[in-house]
Amino acid sequence: MKIIIVGAGKVGSALTQQLSADGHNVTVVDQDPRLIDNIINIYDVMGVCGNGAVYGVQKEAEVEKAELLIATTSSDELNILSCLVAKKLGARHTIARIRNPEYEKQLRFMRDELGLSMAINPERAAAREIARVLRFPAAMKVESFSKGRLELVEYRLPADSALDGLQLADLYRNIRVRVLICAVARKGETIIPSGDFILRAGDKIYLTSSPDQLAQFFRHLGVFRSKASTVMIVGASKICYYLTSELLNMGMSVKIIDRDEQRCIQMGEQLPKALVIVGDGTDSDLLHEEGIGQTDAFVAITGIDEANILMSMCASKESGNHCKVVAKINRKSLVDLVSNESMIDSVISARSTTTELIVQYVRAMESAEGAKIKTLHRLVDGAVEALEFGVTADVPFIGVPLKNLKLRNGLLLAGIVQRNGKIIIPSGNDCLSLGDDVIVVTTDTSLQDIHDICRE
Amino acid sequence: MNYQMIGFVIGRILWTEAALLLLPELTALLYGEPLLPFLGPIALLLLAGLPLRRRPKQTALYARDGFAVVALAWVLMSAFGALPFVVSGYIPNFVDAFFETVSGFTTTGATILTAVEPLSQSILFWRSFTHWIGGMGVLVFVMAVLPMTDGHGMHLLRAEMPGPSVGKLVSRMSDTAKILYGIYLVMTLVEIALLVVGGMPLFDSCIHAFGSAGTGGFSSKNLSVGAYDNAYFDVVIGIFMLLFGVNFNLYYFLLVRRFRDVFRSEELWAYAAIVGAAVLAIATDILHMYESFAQSLRYSFFQVASIITTTGYATADFNLWPTFSKGILVVLMFVGACAGSTGGGIKVARIVILAKTSWGDMRKMLHPNAVTTTRFEGKALTDKHIRSVHLFITVYLIVFTVSFLLLSLNGFDIVTTFTAVTACINNIGPGLEAVGPMGNFAGFAWWSKLLLSFDMLVGRLEIFPMLLLFAPSIWKRRRIVWRT
Repeated sequence: MKIIIVGAGKVGSALTQQLSADGHNVTVVDQDPRLIDNIINIYDVMGVCGNGAVYGVQKEAEVEKAELLIATTSSDELNILSCLVAKKLGARHTIARIRNPEYEKQLRFMRDELGLSMAINPERAAAREIARVLRFPAAMKVESFSKGRLELVEYRLPADSALDGLQLADLYRNIRVRVLICAVARKGETIIPSGDFILRAGDKIYLTSSPDQLAQFFRHLGVFRSKASTVMIVGASKICYYLTSELLNMGMSVKIIDRDEQRCIQMGEQLPKALVIVGDGTDSDLLHEEGIGQTDAFVAITGIDEANILMSMCASKESGNHCKVVAKINRKSLVDLVSNESMIDSVISARSTTTELIVQYVRAMESAEGAKIKTLHRLVDGAVEALEFGVTADVPFIGVPLKNLKLRNGLLLAGIVQRNGKIIIPSGNDCLSLGDDVIVVTTDTSLQDIHDICRE
Repeated sequence: MNYQMIGFVIGRILWTEAALLLLPELTALLYGEPLLPFLGPIALLLLAGLPLRRRPKQTALYARDGFAVVALAWVLMSAFGALPFVVSGYIPNFVDAFFETVSGFTTTGATILTAVEPLSQSILFWRSFTHWIGGMGVLVFVMAVLPMTDGHGMHLLRAEMPGPSVGKLVSRMSDTAKILYGIYLVMTLVEIALLVVGGMPLFDSCIHAFGSAGTGGFSSKNLSVGAYDNAYFDVVIGIFMLLFGVNFNLYYFLLVRRFRDVFRSEELWAYAAIVGAAVLAIATDILHMYESFAQSLRYSFFQVASIITTTGYATADFNLWPTFSKGILVVLMFVGACAGSTGGGIKVARIVILAKTSWGDMRKMLHPNAVTTTRFEGKALTDKHIRSVHLFITVYLIVFTVSFLLLSLNGFDIVTTFTAVTACINNIGPGLEAVGPMGNFAGFAWWSKLLLSFDMLVGRLEIFPMLLLFAPSIWKRRRIVWRT
């Protein structure tokens, strides 16, 4: 599929990497020749230098042959204009990154009248992800499938975990909770485990089950934390606005700390229910004064990665490890560095959230009508994907017990959501039926269709 | 430095060469000639590639890896490609065979053979086939067939493709390579067909089509194309040499109907103007040597086409032409073909950029506060581009001067020495005097042949890969700390 990406910034280059690795023909457009030079050198893509909203530049990028144009420059207006021009020139789908809430409100108009296929707001997407994690503080990361009926959580086994040394086959006997461990990341390696796999402390495990079963599981382990009710946020950014409104809606109490007085005043005007404090997030006196010891969750979302890391570590120490610490870190190398320290519980990046959403859209565009990917989540930095498919009438293995299916290597059925909403953690005797949603976890990151889960 | 990945790519290239050697093997089978000269090297290449067959985990190739891979690949390919000549006994000395093969792969066409007609058909075929392989580049071929690296592959392409700025035609590198090779193959087949239609034997047609497609210049006749003394062949080969000297991107634009881009190509116009002016000037200058203007035009056209595209075929002994004509030819040797073609030399694009920037800078002397932007192919040139062209010319001249001085130790007259280096570094083949179109490089000492082989590789790979091969930071594992 031919895809044009306008804007070779952080999101643009992350998308370029992912989409060209997925085998698409990618053309990148940017005004800065150095960025273009750099991206051509690293990835197998074509580069066009120029303003992406200009007719001639889009012609040069051969937009009329493109199936998708993704505009991710820093300017909303440029993104919308690029999409409009591309649509008129014959691009089939267009995606724009739109951050300004004012434009977001007219999203329906833009989709119906201007032909925009999708608008992405990275800040809001990241805010949603943070909110999800705060609802389930024991996990590092929470993804939901089938409208929240089934959840996938990421959890790191601490050094004294009861699960250390346990064989997966014995899991149910020990804990009496139906959960499935569908992927394990151990020392840079990613494993889709089988029954004889033995868990070790330090493993990052990915579990699927229904939300209440997962809560049970964490209760058994003695690491359960109930939904955060008081949250401290450092950095009065756009994400902060979206996150706070979402958290306030959920009935939590929110404290916002920022050094910039002007921004604090603005935030206070927009969010009258939140408590806004002017101050330095790394100042431990301030954190104590504002009651870090009694806070359930601490979220560092300033614009600077390094500051977020330091503040989170600081907060983690000051609260005596009782507080759920979430940090926004955009640079991947820093994420790798931090994930080895156990001080930060969850890491969020607006860039990877955006990339995930777009990749999911692209994948769904490719797959055949009807067998579309309903949800896609990328785990372990994209090494593993969890996909949700609907079972349609043309699936040949309806009613066949799973043990009789020849599934591909490195692929696991992690859960079935039946039409009546019942959740099945699949065993060999279960079978798929029409209308089910099935969740597949796989290391093969090019799966597009439910038909592909079986070997030929 | 990613040594494992470099090894892996080199291994694949050796295996590719083994596969390519099957073609002369087939020729030998057809003509009932000994098979060992090709079977031996094939076995050796397969064996050499065997320990390098494992694909490493880390497959990224950075800029310096790219340079190292390209330079090493070309040296190794030439070394292995020389074996058929040695084993068959036609060129028993390995240094001579190496020179001949480097000359083949770099599409130079300089030979150490005093007579080529005694060579067996299969050896002649291999000798010319190296031109065809080297013309478009081996790494480009390998990329077309086997996609190897996940990223950073652009460095490989850039190190091998001629021209100041290398771009891709389509977003996938392997697709770009396939398109280029597709155009190359079709044009070669058309030329073979046209020559066969004109009455040239199929084998000779293949040899001369390979020679002109790669802009190489190896012939199966001692007298080169002049042996046929046929105006039709002269015209066909002449036109095709010129066509292969055009930037291949333009052919792609023709294919996708972007005619305006072709028509507006500044380089193409400059190339056509230089060719036209040179043909007319020489035709007038040599008029007194031939019966009619048509005759002198025919010889002048063929020779200009042959020299500017750096092919090196000859229909007349231009060594006997007046000095003015010889002067024009020597100048054309330096100009070379268009960027992105199979030809060598400095390239028309660089000459045009150089002329334009020089003019702009001179105007700045008269109007010190004037703002000058130089435009090429409709786009303003950045300082980086201009500097890279200047750097190329400077280093080119340094390499040329040093080679000239070293070669003069061999004791030939100054014209021979000068044109020998010119012919090798620009990948042309024949020079003047002792190395003229009817002469050869047999008289040089072994070290001169190695020096000229190095010059040919320098010319084909556009200088930097070969020179950077000697930079210590390419091979040192640790970073070098410069103490001041």
